[in-house]
Order: sequence, then structure tokens, then C-alpha cells
Amino acid sequence: MPPNDPGPRTALFVTCLNDTLFPGTGRATVTLLRRLGVEVDFPPAQSCCGQMHFNTGYRKETAKLARHFVDTFGGYDRIVVPSASCAGMPAEAYPQAAVGDPGLAREVAELAPRVVELTEYLTDRLGVVEVGAYFPHRVTYHPTCHSLRATRLGERPYRLLRAVSGIDFVELPAQDECCGFGGTFSVKNPAVSGAMNGDKARHVLETGVSVLAAVDNSCLMNIGGRLNRDGHPVRTLHLVEILARTEQDGPMPGLPVVEGAR
Amino acid sequence: MTDARTEILRRIRAAAVPPAVAPPRHYLRHAPGLDETDRPTVLALFAERLTEYGATVLRADTAAAAVAQALDGARSVVAPVGLPDEWTADWSGEVLVDRPLLETARLDAADAVLTACTAAVAESGTLILDGGPGQGRRAATLLPDLHVCVVRASQVHSALPGALAVLDPGRPLTFISGPSATADIEMIRVKGVHGPRRLAVVLLP
Amino acid sequence: MTRSFLGWPAFPEAAEREVGNRQLRENVRRATHTIRGKRAVLAAERPDWEALRDAAAGIKDQVLANLESHLLQVEEKVTAAGGTVHWARDAAEANRIVTDLVRATGEREIVKVKSMLTEEIGLDAALEAAGINARETDLAATIVQLGDDLPSHVVVPALHRNRTEIRDIFVREMGRHGRPAPEGLTDEPAELAEAARLHLREKFLGAKVAVSGANFLVAETGTLVVVESEGNGRMCLTLADTLISVVGIEKTVPSWQDLEVFLQLLARNATGERMAPYTSTWTGLGPSKGADGDGPQTFHLVLVDNGRTRALADPTGRQALRCIRCGACMNICPVYERTGGHAYGSVYPGPIGAILNPLLKGLDDPQTASLPYASTLCGACNEVCPVRIRFTDVLLDLRAQVADGGKHPVERAALGAVGGVMEHQAAWKAAVKSIGLVGPLLLPRKIRLPGPLGGWTDSRTVPAIPRESFRTWWKRTEGDAK
Repeated sequence: MPPNDPGPRTALFVTCLNDTLFPGTGRATVTLLRRLGVEVDFPPAQSCCGQMHFNTGYRKETAKLARHFVDTFGGYDRIVVPSASCAGMPAEAYPQAAVGDPGLAREVAELAPRVVELTEYLTDRLGVVEVGAYFPHRVTYHPTCHSLRATRLGERPYRLLRAVSGIDFVELPAQDECCGFGGTFSVKNPAVSGAMNGDKARHVLETGVSVLAAVDNSCLMNIGGRLNRDGHPVRTLHLVEILARTEQDGPMPGLPVVEGAR
Repeated sequence: MTDARTEILRRIRAAAVPPAVAPPRHYLRHAPGLDETDRPTVLALFAERLTEYGATVLRADTAAAAVAQALDGARSVVAPVGLPDEWTADWSGEVLVDRPLLETARLDAADAVLTACTAAVAESGTLILDGGPGQGRRAATLLPDLHVCVVRASQVHSALPGALAVLDPGRPLTFISGPSATADIEMIRVKGVHGPRRLAVVLLP
Repeated sequence: MTRSFLGWPAFPEAAEREVGNRQLRENVRRATHTIRGKRAVLAAERPDWEALRDAAAGIKDQVLANLESHLLQVEEKVTAAGGTVHWARDAAEANRIVTDLVRATGEREIVKVKSMLTEEIGLDAALEAAGINARETDLAATIVQLGDDLPSHVVVPALHRNRTEIRDIFVREMGRHGRPAPEGLTDEPAELAEAARLHLREKFLGAKVAVSGANFLVAETGTLVVVESEGNGRMCLTLADTLISVVGIEKTVPSWQDLEVFLQLLARNATGERMAPYTSTWTGLGPSKGADGDGPQTFHLVLVDNGRTRALADPTGRQALRCIRCGACMNICPVYERTGGHAYGSVYPGPIGAILNPLLKGLDDPQTASLPYASTLCGACNEVCPVRIRFTDVLLDLRAQVADGGKHPVERAALGAVGGVMEHQAAWKAAVKSIGLVGPLLLPRKIRLPGPLGGWTDSRTVPAIPRESFRTWWKRTEGDAK
């Protein structure tokens, strides 16, 4: 890189859910990226990608939020998103929401390849798997549907987790089954959603972990809400909140420490 | 009021479906992992797949002895028109020639049916009958409980595309891949519902 | 009296009832998991699996683009081969045609090969009303018919029943419709299949008229194709004097060669077999025009629209007409696994039902309008579909049609208001801040939120609202976590 090249301008799209309900995920993203030498901007105009609107059938409303997203992030070379489902919106949904607005469609097509989910950003853009993390706890991982079948993260989150120092990683049984969240599905079809979620929670308990990780806090909110209501002490954490912790931080307070971990 | 045909065709035109591109055809034309010209391997696969179905496979140089072995225990066998006489030469049971046409009840009461085939598929262990000489009408291969089919090695294609290419779609065709079966109860496979419950294949060079 | 899905409640209500049935959930879970595993093995066996799917999707798109010429070809070839072709705009017309054809033979009892289309149009009930007893011959269809039940799966209509329930139905009902179940019948699947064999055999051997559907209809040759496992199809197709095949207009494939794609995909994807035990093909009355004693002497083909042209006119939705009814989408679906098929209120349940029913019938009925929401959009169905239907694309498009149709005005207003706030920086900032002012709020573990969110809190807690939003933290620290 030439001496005066500031490098790619990288923005954090924290997502509306993380901004309001899971700010720790945003903070951990900033901490981790800084440790890896990446300074991110947080354009304060950002709000919501419009996923809830789009998935419920409100395309005009989605188009407005797509316009807002393009205006907010258009000037950045990379937009990092700690959510697989929100990260997929510009590529998957915006082109459909922009039907009838060629200007927006063009801007969306131009911007979408620069929007990248966090674990993919780490492994593919930064080329790191070992991120210097320390997490001496028993952890399992739920691959959310969007991370599996839309953003197609594949092995990336697993490679990152397995490289964490001190971690006791356990595979989740029937992991590729949906947790039943589905955004408004959980509101429109609570009985079915609850049954799916109950099975997911049961599989989590079968692993005997103290932490369930994923790359979408929406699904974690669903599964965690069930575990919590049933009185199980399993914590739900966005994967980046594991990756951000170092040996200096020590074990996570309140969690049983894996025997034999340093 | 317009007639149904006119109306349906009008609706199709009104749907204004744009033209479609030619479909890609990058799939295999032979069974995966083998060379179509490697005949021993193709025949071995055919025998293996039939055996997996629970069918009896008898490989022989000539039909008579193997047919007699396959029919062991049966008292009567339906013989379609055009079946070579020598195929039943070594067998001592009753041969019911389907000419004049046997009554349905007679077919139902027969222990077995012996036929040739028009083609076969190794990968899926499939026999294909087209009602030609020695293959019989469809009811004849359906009602008896044991079907013995004589296949010549040259009739065996490694995969379905090769076999379909030699068939005459104008003829009534029956593709048989193992004995009659069902998985309608808890998705558990049970052999033998309405068609023949036992299948034996005599494979000739 | 034949039961039907007429007047069925919308999906959420029907699903809630089914989810509460533990036995049903266990039956469906067990069956779908069994078939999922078998399918995965057989699909993985073909290194060219994705290429076969590409070809199948491409061929079916050609069908949809050339449907008129394909149907005219079918008509010409079938007629030339001694068959008679009829056209039916809707269910009532199709039922009338078949009823009249059966009446003309003077027969009062006929046999049927399992056909989803005849279930769709309610043919059995129509025949019954005309005094004609149509007996199903597929094992699962027989279980459904004897149990006065409704189909819950396109391949295995009695998938929701376990062996014990089936045994009870056979013992109770077989005697009322013909040969009774054998004394001391147990619930072993092999014994149950044998009981069905004996019960149905006398029906086949005596039947003069058979009704079938078809899996494929080859345009270039006019050939019909029926794929089945048990042999009941062969019985019906060959032993009856009169064969009436009722086929949806979308079942065509352009050429004979195209069968090499579909016949290699169908059984692997549907039942986890390389080929189904029996595939029968016939073209009209064959070369002998029915004179050789091989098969029926009279053949009728009824081509049915019943909403297919409506689906065809939907640019996104028309891909649903590629469907070859393998059932893989319902076998993999986590929603179907919890509800079974009846919740969908149609003979087409699962993901294909969630898109096909609204496309065939329109969205005016609250029942069909509820179906596009009967999915978490998890996308598992997209991955197993042999004709590459993008279920999630169609579901989303149908949801947009429901929303645009003004069906959910309150929801639209709410989401519109939220969206309005979100696209204006100051308003969103204020909103986030106000959420923060509520916190730190830890709602009690068991609380029921009012209104539509009540269902959420029935089985989950609501997350605690943090004291400080991310943006407040960022503003305070400029992102310095130290």
C-alpha cells in the first residue's frame, strides 16, 4: 500500500436490532476489528435494512429503506455487518424492491457486492481465522438459515470458533434446522414457531454448553427467549462477542470455565 | 359461451409467458463412475442393483437350465406369444401359452410368468418390456406372483438415457425396477403389494 | 360422506390445532426424517445431480413457454392413437366430464390410481353424488379413503397415520367395503400391506373402468407416464376396459428424451429410490388400438386447467407449475414437520402448497391468503427441489401481493410508520433514544404481551432492553471500547 493511501474506507452497519437491543455485538465488532487493524466508521444516519418490511410483503417501504441505505453507505468501500440476514438484504431483496426504479436498482447493484457479513469479512477479506481470541467455555453454534442458505457462510464461522483459544466447541445436533423465528412468522404463527423453537432449545440443552453462538441476534433472541423462559442458564452470544475476548479479559464472568483451559 | 378448449388456449396465450432458452443438458448419459464400453462392469452393476432389490440373478450361457432353476417351486408358468420354446425345455411344470388370451382369473392363478425384455438399465436395475415377442401383454407380467425375465447382455444400458433412446414410445411400456413395494406405512419399505412379489432375472451373454 | 377441505380455517388456526396433536407430530417427524435421509443418500450418489436439476428446471420452463403448442400436439397424437381428448376449465367441468364418461359405461364401482389432481378437484365426491363408488387403490390413498380422512402429503397421503392407527382403520372399515381384514391382523407394516393386497385384488380383477392421473405427458408423442411403487397403477391401467386419465395441463414435457431427466430425478427425490418399482407409459390405445387384449379398449384423456393458467400469468409464481409432485419440499420443511399436511387446507401441503394454492385459487380467500406466511423463509425447500423452484422468492412475491391488496391495513400502517421513522435520521435517533430510556428494563420471565405479540411471549421471554444503545455508546466513546 502506498504510504499515503488510507486504505479502504470501511463502515459498520450495526443493524437496528443490534443498535437497540444488542449493542454489545456492535461494541465487540469494533473491538475485534480494531485489534485486527481495521478502523470502522459508524455513519449515524444508518437505521434498518428493511428486512422485516420486505419479508412481510411491503416492497414500497423496503424501497424507501433501500434508498436510505444506499445514501448512507454509498461512499464506503466496505460495509461490514454483524448479521447474516441483514447482510444479505442488499444483494437479495433490494433488486426486487427496486423494480420500477432503475436509478435505485443501479445504485443497489453497485453497492451490494461491498456489503459483507462479518465472518466472511474476517476470513475472506482480511484472511484471518486465528483472531487472538480466548474463551474458555463450552460453546455450540447454530447456523442460522440466512447464514446457511442465503449468505452461504459455510465453514467460516466454525473455523473462526475452533481457532479460539481455550474453547470447548460442541456440534449442535440437527443444526441446519430452522429455529422457528422467521421474523413475523413467530408472530403470525406462534404455535408452530414455538414448537420449532422448543426442539431447537432441546438440541442446545443436549450439548451441555454454557453458550450458544450464532451470527444473527434475531434467531438468538428467539432461542434464548425460550431457554430463559424455561429456566435454563445457557447464554446466547453473537459469535463476535466470543471472538472479541482475549486472554487479558479472562473468562467471561458468570460462565463455568472449561476444565484444563489456561 | 366458448368451449373449454378455446378458452384454455386463450388463457394460455393471455398469460404471455416469455420464450425460454434451450435447457442445459450437462448431466451424464451413462452411469456415474464407469465406462459404458466396459461391459463386464456394466453387467456386474446390473446384477448388483437387482440383488439389492431382493431379486434373484442367474447368469448362464443358455436359458433353459437357469429358467428351470428360477421357476423351481412353481407349478405353472405363463408363456407369452413369441417366447422361445427352448427356454422352458428343462422345466417340467405346466406352460400356459397366452393364446388364445388367458382369462384374468387364469393369469391370477398362475404361479409364474416367463418373459424376455426389450431393454434394461444397470444403474437402477430396471427391466423394460414393450409387449413385443416373448414379452407378453401387461396383465400377464402383473398377476402371477413370480416374474422370471430373460435378459441378453447386449440389452443392458448403463443408465436410463441409453435405454430410452432405443424404445418405441408408441408401444405400451413397463419399466420394472425391483419387485412391487410400498413405503406408505411410516415410510418403511415393504416388498410385495400388488405386482409380483418375487423377481428372477436370467442374464445371458 | 367424503370429507373435503372446503371451509377450512386459515393456516395459523389450523396449524395451532395440529401442532397440539402429539401423536401426529411424532408420526410426521418420524416419516419425514426417514425419507430425508434416504433422499440425501440417493441424491449424493449422482455426481451430476445439480446438472439434472438444471436440465429439469430448463425443460419445464420450455413447457410453460410453449404450453399451447404442446397441448395441441398431445391432442393430435392421442387422438391419432385411438384416444379421446377432453378439455376442462375448472373442477366442476372436469368432474362432469368424468362422471358422464363413467355413466356411459353403466358401471357403479370403478377403481382409481392415486392422483393429486383428482383429489384437488374432488372427483370421488362428485362421483359419489352421481351414485358411482370410486375405490382408491394406492395403499396410502386406501388408508385415507377407508378412514374417511384427508390426504396430508402428495406422495404418501397417509403420512400422518402410524401403523397402529392404520391397523385399526383396516379392522374397522375393510369389511364394509369388500373383503374384511384378516383375523388377528397386527400392526406390522408387511401384514398391513398384505391385508390391503387381498382387499384390493378383488376390486382390480372385477373393475371395468379405471381413473388415473399422470406424472408426465410427452407432447411430441402424446405418451402418458405413471410412476408408482405398488403395482396398483399397473392393475388399473391394464385390467380395465375403459381408462380415463385426468391430467393437469402443466404436466407436459416436450420430448420423449426429456423423460431421461425426470425419471432419474423423481424417485430419488421422492422416495429415495433410484427408480420407482413401476413406470408405465402408454400412447392412446397403442399400435393395435386396443385390439390385442393388452390394456383398455377405450381411452379418454381429460386435460384440466383449474387455475393453472391463472398461475401461468403470474411472472414470479409460474415457476410453481414446474412442480413434479415429488414431495421433497414437504419432507424437508420444518413447518410441515410440526403441522403435518392438513394445516394447509389443501391436497397440496408444505412449501409447494403454500405457493401453489394461492396461485391456483387467488388470494381473496383468507385461507389461501394465509398460506404465503406459513413459512419461516428458511429456504431448505429451495435446496431440495428437483426443478429448482425458488419457493422463498414466490412466497415473498405472494406476500407482497397480499400486502398490496390491502389485506393487512393495520400491519401496513404500523410497518409504514416504523419505516418512515427509520429513513429519517433524526426521527430514528430519537426513537432509539426513547427505547434506551425505557431500559434497563428486564421484563418478568413469564409475561404475555398484548395484541399480536402475545404469541411470542407464550413460549419466550422478551430480551432485556439495554441502558445504552450502540449509537449512544459510539457517540460517547467514538468507538473506543477501552
